[in-house]
Amino acid sequence: MRILVNGDWRETRATELAGVLAELGFGDAVVATAVNGDFVAAAARVRTSLADGDRIEVLAPMQGG
Amino acid sequence: MLTLYQAALRSRLLLGTARFPSPAVLTQAVRAAGCEIVTVALRREAGGERAGQGFWSIIRALGVRVLPNTAGCHSVKEAVTTAQMAREVFGTRWIKLEVIGEDDTLQPDVFGLVEAAGILCRDGFEVFPYTTEDLVVAERLLEAGCRVLMPWGAPIGSGRGLNNLFGLKALRAHFPDVPLIIDAGLGVPSHAAQALELGFDAVLINTAVAQARDPVQMAAAFAQAVEAGCLARLAGPIEPRDLAVPSTPVIGTAFRG
Repeated sequence: MRILVNGDWRETRATELAGVLAELGFGDAVVATAVNGDFVAAAARVRTSLADGDRIEVLAPMQGG
Repeated sequence: MLTLYQAALRSRLLLGTARFPSPAVLTQAVRAAGCEIVTVALRREAGGERAGQGFWSIIRALGVRVLPNTAGCHSVKEAVTTAQMAREVFGTRWIKLEVIGEDDTLQPDVFGLVEAAGILCRDGFEVFPYTTEDLVVAERLLEAGCRVLMPWGAPIGSGRGLNNLFGLKALRAHFPDVPLIIDAGLGVPSHAAQALELGFDAVLINTAVAQARDPVQMAAAFAQAVEAGCLARLAGPIEPRDLAVPSTPVIGTAFRG
């Protein structure tokens, strides 16, 4: 299935958000996630199923003003 | 003592963490500023990159409170989702809410700001809205549940100081009990001193420190200016006058009569 991760199209074999994050190498990184513009809490990633064309945001702490 | 959402703070200087030449300089600047709150953000990161993890370790080591922002958000939806993501990552209910309405000035979209503030306050956030000096917008933000306001001094990063003195004074006078933090646009320590002299509770500085030739020294300079402005406010400044008033007593002046 093809999904959009942080603006880039990717092929994935995972079907849930947690699987996609593992596949992309986020492992235990401190990140926050959203699917199609809606926040998905860390605890909900294992039960968040994805569909072809879904838009995923994976955000990490960064410098800000 | 400054109180922001039940947090008692000694320092009235908040520091942004962006645009510093290095993490080491950022760390030294935060210490030199003596600040207790720094602002942070969320950005996209590739798997395995870990830049964000390194940054977060540096901030945690500073032992200061973090105020995450929603910088770069142009819609209510983006800002609300970003705030929810920030709450989880940074473990705080505080959010510096920015909904940008215009790209040249980074002026807040005050309509979206009020709407997003309402949603977030109802969801348990403690919202620090980045707003203008507009009194009606301020009133709406307070009605939405905000207990702190962050009016701009001038456009973000412009270094122009307090652009609309009349409007900012009116805002201060209109809401005497609401903590007001000047956010954005200050360029030099005298701008910060002026904000405190006018009765503003604190200032948030980023570019003016981070992009100074010596950010650590500039952080210390801003800290002293904030301290001076605060003392001056408490001391009660004199009113400006149009005509001179001799400071030396005129009684007994020589060579007169």
